[in-house]
Amino acid sequence: MHRILSFLLALVLAACAGAPQRGTGDLGLVIERANGHVTLVDTTSRQPYARIGGLGDLSHASAVYSRDGRYAFVFGRDGGLTKIDMLEAKVVKRVIQSGNAIGGSISQDGRIVVAQNYTPGGIKAFDAETLELLSEVPAEFAPGQFSKVVGLADSSGNRFAYALFDGGEIWVSDFSDPRRPVTQRFPAGRQPYDGLVTPDGRYFLAGLFGEDGVAMLDLWQPEKGARKILENYGRGQEKLPVFKMPHLRGWSVAQGKAYLPAIGRHEVLVVDVATWKEVGRIPVRGQPVFVMARPDGRQVWVNFAFPDNANVDVIDTLAGQVVQRMTPGKGILHMEFTPRGEQVWLSARDDHKVLIYDTANFQRIGEIAAESPSGIFFTTRAARIGF
Amino acid sequence: MSANSVIFAVFLMSTATIAAAQPPVSPDAARQRELVHLVRQDCGSCHGMTLQGGLGPALLPNSLKDKPQEGLVATIYFGRPGTPMPPWKQFMSEAEAEWLVQQLLNGLPQ
Ligand code: HEC
Repeated sequence: MHRILSFLLALVLAACAGAPQRGTGDLGLVIERANGHVTLVDTTSRQPYARIGGLGDLSHASAVYSRDGRYAFVFGRDGGLTKIDMLEAKVVKRVIQSGNAIGGSISQDGRIVVAQNYTPGGIKAFDAETLELLSEVPAEFAPGQFSKVVGLADSSGNRFAYALFDGGEIWVSDFSDPRRPVTQRFPAGRQPYDGLVTPDGRYFLAGLFGEDGVAMLDLWQPEKGARKILENYGRGQEKLPVFKMPHLRGWSVAQGKAYLPAIGRHEVLVVDVATWKEVGRIPVRGQPVFVMARPDGRQVWVNFAFPDNANVDVIDTLAGQVVQRMTPGKGILHMEFTPRGEQVWLSARDDHKVLIYDTANFQRIGEIAAESPSGIFFTTRAARIGF
Repeated sequence: MSANSVIFAVFLMSTATIAAAQPPVSPDAARQRELVHLVRQDCGSCHGMTLQGGLGPALLPNSLKDKPQEGLVATIYFGRPGTPMPPWKQFMSEAEAEWLVQQLLNGLPQ
């Protein structure tokens, strides 16, 4: 009798709760760039659990998460901004916010989602709850001249830093009053192509395409202006052609050193973050695109631009050199670590697979099917500055 | 005129003559698929997978139709120094670059 009663009680409880309750800390999404889908994945079971379509042109799409890790905001190339409920696995809201977008960020307090746009160039701020447009900052760097915006990164106090490819400047917009942003401008250098903020939110770095070097702005003392680091790392040598621009977001600081992709040379640059001086270069097997540290900083994983995009090199930060050279699949576009770094997920675009590796022994431990997968974004990004 | 644009202009002229001298040849079907894949995926990283533009300009029929064709072929083959547009001559012949420009002008097949 007792057993039947408790069985009935369990049934009633289950019925009330609907789906079993769970957190989102081990979930993520994979962009399937060719056909406007995202696949939702569980990094504990290493399996997909849902697939959502109708997201438009997802080439170069990226995603950020609400601070509770429940909602993903996906920025599509066609200017689509889609809010996805990771638990109910459905689209909550979708707006077309511009003609041509390149990514976005979420504010420190989680209330504002900001999209960065190529055309018309500028940034736009949306209410994270409703996706209502709050304000915009057109990237008009000279009268009538608008720039493509790159490298948007969140910073403290609901500020956002970004760079103007055509304008050669770093801008910092303060959204303390989300409807009336206040923007400061800093000359940066020729053709900044992407940017990043350090994990502590202090420094904004913009990689330069038009000259050797990286522009750096101290967001704790922006009045000092941007300065150039890694100047002339090419020392006037002939640059190799770059068939895909490197990405700086998702970059790496490990053991007091930053690891950055060189541009036009097949090297990873190592920089001491105390002095911002170059302390080394590590030769790799192509033009690096992503240079990403495992969360503990022991390894740095590097993928490459066309035509070397079947390769992945792994740097051991203790040894200061490449310790593993892999050819995991065709068209390796992105890499994402599980929260504590025991696994890395790689998207193999032309194999239509996401490959899962054990980072301790470089063994493949799983794979999932996905159509032309590109970006992989896990919910742990919700709690990281600059992600 | 900068050194870069002089070089570019010389490239332009040389392609123009080569282009005029050679009868148009189409790559075979398998190679055509490879080239279309290259454009969508690898040119797409800068021009957008649907070619509506990104860091590089749109490559749709409407955006290209008023531009001199030899110039577009030269841009693909030799790149544009001083801009992120890289040279693709390691990966295709000039005739293939010409074929690609034709496809872009007509609207690239899926
Ligand atoms: C790394 C980025 C990048 C890649 C990859 C790239 N392009 Fe470009 N492309 C550009 C940029 C930037 C321009 C504009 C150059 C300028 O400012 O004049 C351009 C210009 C062009 C133009 C001239 C367009 C015009 O309106 O004059 C053509 C055609 C073109 N690209 C074709 C291609 C093709 C075909 C591929 C692939 C085989 C490709 N591009 C790959 C960046 C890129």
